[in-house]
Amino acid sequence: MSARAATEKTYLQAISDALRQEMRRDKRVFVIGEDVGVYGGAFKVTLGFQEEFGPWRVLDAPLAETAIVGACTGAALMGMRPVAEMQFADFISCGWDQLVTVAAKQFYRAGTPVPLVVRLPSGGGFSGGPFHSQNPESSFAHIPGLKCVCPATPEDAKGLLISAIEDPNPVLFFEHKHLYRRIKAAVPDDRYTTPIGKARIDREGDDATVVTWGAMVYTAAEAAQQVDASVEIVDLRSVLPWDRETVLASVRKTSKALVLHEDTRTAGFGAEIAATIAEEAFEDLDAPVKRIAAPDTPVPFSPPLEKAFIPQVDDVVAGLRELLAY
Amino acid sequence: MAIAREAEPAGSLTEVKETGLDREDLLGIYRNMLVTRGIEERGHILYKQGKIPGSFYTGRGNEAASVAIGTAMAPDDVGTPLHRDLGVHITRGLEPWRIFAQYMGRVDGPMRGRDGNIHLADLRLGTIAMVSHLPAMLPVAVGAALAFRIREERRVAVGWFGEGASARGDTHEAMTLAGVRKLPVVFVCDNNQWAYSTPSYLEYATEHVADRAAAYGFEGVVVDGTDVLAVYREAKRAIEKARAGHGPTLLECQTLRMEGHAVHDDAFYVPKELFERWAERDPIERFRAWLREHADLEEDEEAELTAEVKKLLNDAAKRAEESPFPDPATVTEGVYASQEDLETPHHK
Repeated sequence: MSARAATEKTYLQAISDALRQEMRRDKRVFVIGEDVGVYGGAFKVTLGFQEEFGPWRVLDAPLAETAIVGACTGAALMGMRPVAEMQFADFISCGWDQLVTVAAKQFYRAGTPVPLVVRLPSGGGFSGGPFHSQNPESSFAHIPGLKCVCPATPEDAKGLLISAIEDPNPVLFFEHKHLYRRIKAAVPDDRYTTPIGKARIDREGDDATVVTWGAMVYTAAEAAQQVDASVEIVDLRSVLPWDRETVLASVRKTSKALVLHEDTRTAGFGAEIAATIAEEAFEDLDAPVKRIAAPDTPVPFSPPLEKAFIPQVDDVVAGLRELLAY
Repeated sequence: MAIAREAEPAGSLTEVKETGLDREDLLGIYRNMLVTRGIEERGHILYKQGKIPGSFYTGRGNEAASVAIGTAMAPDDVGTPLHRDLGVHITRGLEPWRIFAQYMGRVDGPMRGRDGNIHLADLRLGTIAMVSHLPAMLPVAVGAALAFRIREERRVAVGWFGEGASARGDTHEAMTLAGVRKLPVVFVCDNNQWAYSTPSYLEYATEHVADRAAAYGFEGVVVDGTDVLAVYREAKRAIEKARAGHGPTLLECQTLRMEGHAVHDDAFYVPKELFERWAERDPIERFRAWLREHADLEEDEEAELTAEVKKLLNDAAKRAEESPFPDPATVTEGVYASQEDLETPHHK
């Protein structure tokens, strides 16, 4: 690993470069979405792709998410490796049926794989309002047949996107918009895959475990620095499948668990994690499992409201202190 | 006001031969129509005997349209036939015993007991299995066509929908994408006049569903769905047009659903006179009369064919009943595909 060449890249560049590399090495990979061609995508992930790969591998789609996702299923069944872009993760509601009804159930029913990826720019933090800020991964984590990936770091964004494209199943790739240009780190230059379903220990600790993913990894890391205790942070990296073993091992070590997510609380994926810890590691716990999540409201627009909605560092610090004092 | 082209009825043997069918092909079509109806008639019996769980759907009255379109497709073409289109599966070569096994929830059904009734297909035969959400398969068919277009293959996808499902957004989105990209896809509307109990005039306000094609930038054609040779001619024309790179066609096949929505439904809401009128245009009877008049179908030849079909179906039903039920221990298997599952002709 020491000799491995790496380059500083933003989270967004890592995604863009990984996608470009895969399109160069595999002719079956194509991109389809709204404004992904000439414009290079709303966030410029596919900037310059159409010049390099041509209009039939970088397709500007009509404003029709059902057609985009459905067409990816049909193309995948015919041996292609489609990568769709939802302009915002929120718009996947318009393609729900094609993902959940058609793509997710296809292999179980008919035994024919559907290797497709849907990229979903998700998350809030910049006044996107109710329709440009959501984290809908919990809705899809409930659907057998799908995979839901939520990278937090540039290195993982690249490795997980390549894994998603290689994967023979429909994979939802939730890329957090608030990390796009804010987070920069060394990304290995070579082609590598990061296994889907394997968590990463973001920070080791002995006194409490924070289980989280996506942008909340950074919120948790800041909070961990502000408490006078040794906090372990488990970055799940994917919520379907999710790495129960790593979470349970960490909780067994620290005996205290805080589950943190940016999505709303009720029936959010944190509930599944908390229930699993309660079922599997009850005897190891020294405190009830704590959940910190957004309140059960739509994502509000105005900055003070949005700040009150998205879990903040102070909220996590308070939660950790409560947990540590129990 | 009609906008779509209204297709002419089938003509003489000479005209039919110009579409590429010889006498043997014609008898093959007739046989496939008999097999299609025979399977569904037996399905009814098996259902009443309690051998088919869940529900049971038939396409009585649609045998001509489904077999004709299946016949017009080339071996490498793919399609997404629906619950009135068993004839497509028969024509593509799905063996009747596997269909009965599917109905009965056995492991030898194409879906291995994981899905039932007419939710079946075999990708090796170029068919993709329908879901209940209609017309969710139209965007999928468009995606298959997109794959062909990207790879510059001369293959065509056929997507089916009903006049009821023409109301849903999937229809609009699929046709929009196919239209702007001129994809090699043919949209087939099985217009059987009733969406469960809802009549056509509550589903669409144009004269024909196919009138809408103009709005998507391609041709709409209306054809009598009980006239197998007219459907074949129009389907062949549309498929070859798509293959040649000239984009989609919407082909509307007009029939009447001659039974209820499914086996539980007695279709009390369909006027009796309508059934009587369309019974006179039964597609199998019509084609038999045509074969007698134009292709010298003899009684002994017909008797031989009928006996062959009867034996096929007897054997098929028996073989299906011998197929085991799936092992309950396998219920959680196969939710996710592995890399080895990609070792199929489509993924190489």
